[in-house]
Amino acid sequence: MLELYDGPLDVPALLTRWYEEEAQSNYGAFIPFVGTVRAEDGIDGLSFDIYEPILRRWFDAWQAKAADKGATLKMAHSRGDVSVHASSYIAAVFSPKRRVALEMIDAFVEDFKAAAPIWKYDLVDGERRYADDRSSAIAGSGILAGGDA
Amino acid sequence: MVRIEFLGPIGKKPIEIEAATLAEVAQTLQKDATLEPWLKNSAVAVNDTLVSGLDVPLKDGDKVSLLPPVCGG
Repeated sequence: MLELYDGPLDVPALLTRWYEEEAQSNYGAFIPFVGTVRAEDGIDGLSFDIYEPILRRWFDAWQAKAADKGATLKMAHSRGDVSVHASSYIAAVFSPKRRVALEMIDAFVEDFKAAAPIWKYDLVDGERRYADDRSSAIAGSGILAGGDA
Repeated sequence: MVRIEFLGPIGKKPIEIEAATLAEVAQTLQKDATLEPWLKNSAVAVNDTLVSGLDVPLKDGDKVSLLPPVCGG
């Protein structure tokens, strides 16, 4: 399940609901990852753009991978502005046994960082500044450039 | 006509151009100097599927999206 919200995530409500949704599913492990916006470099918060069609395809491919291992994934992400100390991202894996969930949450979150079509901006003095120094080009980028790019 | 969308921080409005292949789209976009840094680091999707080469045929109504470097979370 992929859930997108305008603004910060309600962490207790999401985690409680996800827990309750799977409470009778016979999973032995539930491993959530909660991402919180940290106060650093004088930012007031972060802001996000999301390209939903490709994000959903990316997530569906991961869900199929999880299903092959008897696991299921849930993810929530914010659109727009999120203040410091609030959450913009939650991912979770449910699996029959712990090892699958422990390994999958690591691989899933890392691939999310590298490939999910989401763009981050620092909020500073009321302005949105693209976080280019922390962004990664998606694998296969650059095909439209000419010359030796 | 093929619709070209510039996602996230590129900050450019969509355009529509005549192009029969992705290679022709590349030729058109390379003429826009403001796009030069983005062409080098953007991934490309045709109708919301990422592609890895320019030999992709295009037809009327297709959508080409440029996806600059990402950072979710």
